[in-house]
Amino acid sequence: MKAVLQLMTKAVLAVLLAGYASLASAILTIEITQGVDGGLPIAIVPFGGAGKDRPSQDVAAVVEADLARSGRFTPLDKKIFVSHPNDDKQVVFKDWRIVKAEALVIGSVRPAAQGRWQVEFRLYDIYKEKQLAGYSYVVAGDRLRAVAHQISDLIYEKLTGEPGVFSTRIAYITRESAGKRFSFKLQIADSDGYNPVTVLSSAEPLISPAWSPDGTRLAYVSFEQRRPVLYMQNVLHGSRTRIAEFNGINSAPAWSPDGAKLALTLSRDGNPEIYVMRLSDSTLTRLTSHPAIDTEPTWSPDGKEIAFTSDRGGKPQIYRMRVDGSNVERVTFEGEYNARASYSADGKMLTLVSGAQGRYHAALLHLQSSVLQVLTDTPLDESPSFAPNGRMILYATERGGRGVLASVSSDGRVRQLLKLQEGDVREPAWSPFNRSTPTN
Amino acid sequence: MDKKIFLTVLSIVALSLTACGGAESTKPGVDDKSVGADAAGTSTGTGAEGKALDTKADLLAKRRVYFAFDSSAVDGENRAIVEAHAAYLAANKNVKVVLEGHADERGTREYNLALGERRAQAVERMVKVLGLTADRIKTVSYGEEKPVAMDHNEAAWSLNRRVEIIY
Repeated sequence: MKAVLQLMTKAVLAVLLAGYASLASAILTIEITQGVDGGLPIAIVPFGGAGKDRPSQDVAAVVEADLARSGRFTPLDKKIFVSHPNDDKQVVFKDWRIVKAEALVIGSVRPAAQGRWQVEFRLYDIYKEKQLAGYSYVVAGDRLRAVAHQISDLIYEKLTGEPGVFSTRIAYITRESAGKRFSFKLQIADSDGYNPVTVLSSAEPLISPAWSPDGTRLAYVSFEQRRPVLYMQNVLHGSRTRIAEFNGINSAPAWSPDGAKLALTLSRDGNPEIYVMRLSDSTLTRLTSHPAIDTEPTWSPDGKEIAFTSDRGGKPQIYRMRVDGSNVERVTFEGEYNARASYSADGKMLTLVSGAQGRYHAALLHLQSSVLQVLTDTPLDESPSFAPNGRMILYATERGGRGVLASVSSDGRVRQLLKLQEGDVREPAWSPFNRSTPTN
Repeated sequence: MDKKIFLTVLSIVALSLTACGGAESTKPGVDDKSVGADAAGTSTGTGAEGKALDTKADLLAKRRVYFAFDSSAVDGENRAIVEAHAAYLAANKNVKVVLEGHADERGTREYNLALGERRAQAVERMVKVLGLTADRIKTVSYGEEKPVAMDHNEAAWSLNRRVEIIY
């Protein structure tokens, strides 16, 4: 196990070096001035190059969709473009000031050796008349979307000063009708919903997928033994391990920030309590000892605290404690029902489900001020969690009688919906920043 | 028209009255097809003073007991149902029972998993008091994962907050 982990770390590092070595250039931070529609006006010129051989993916279109989806950019209508440059020499800054673009993206996709593709792109600041980024990638056809997302991440970071999350992935559970019964799947897809991969199929429910901090494993709860049992599965090669199958509930997995431990809920001693398992030797430490329900543990990003749900005060509310179980304090006071908290990357906020008058909304709790900010008006929200850059909150909700995923920017301004053609989708979990995808 | 049929009619009337009384935790069992518009019609003339009791067989036909929101209290008719099953199991010592706890979809999945367990344990405590030994009882919670009613309204939720008595 340990050896495998070390190997994995090495592989990840190698990928990191290969993919991001060229990133160490000066970072130019652009302050975004919020307009009426809020987004930075950006011109994305359709990529040139292909000729007769057409790539399977329109890289520029994927980039444009990514940037538009973030809510921080407004891609301009191509009909107003007065020129269509595909390389550096063709760029005339004046053409882009006319259409009020603040940034410009150009590029090309050309056939390369062995059926691969060479993708080039450049990003410009129109007012400073300066190139902000320019990269070239050579990839197989099935990696073109991945390259497009990397380009989107670079553009996002150059222009906002924050890392983008377009190359991250989301894990979620689907439920489809299978005759009189249901079939459940644990799936992983790109952050825009493309390239879904089924990690596990089951005739019994699956819940609570949780990514390891290195993005290589998912812990989850499966009812395949007709009771809640906790598993861990490697998403690269599919191997899986049973983590906990004691009497009663084995559930609510949450990784420590260093990936060495798992907080979980076990009711083996009669009622649900929070434990921490050291993964190297499966040693368990019990953190709570209370006749109430204690569940849904989540680690603070500094690894020093665990927040959890408890109904020890009569109704479910959020509490926090040190990782040794000491200094338990209640943190939510507003609302009848607060549960399933998870921290923002800076540790200053919790996103949680907040209920009142029978309606359950995704909400934000600002820890310092104790201000609770309800983010939605849908009544059946579940499982909110932050994007790794903290800009979005992804949660499950119900629309037209079906389970869908939704996201809302942490300022409440941008909202999206992710749904399946058929069936329900639920239990979303946003991966950590993607460090395991080779670029070439 | 013997005594047994008469008793059944009486019990239907009693059930209808209970349902009208609006006690939230005593929803009619979904297995019980006799409680319908026709059955309610037969109540004419029997009078509200009739205090009928469910027969043992009626209670044993019900395999689900229901709960109020975020509650694990076994109330009213639900209590009579559990007692009837406990009596049957006490008399049939080779039978084992599984108590399967469930919650409605509101609130979070993990909290509901714990709530389903708490409901199953509430029924378990009752049947233990009534003489069943621990080795014959198994409890399991499915939380909100296995609803019997798929709608997103109180009618569906009240049917989903349940413990199933399986043997």
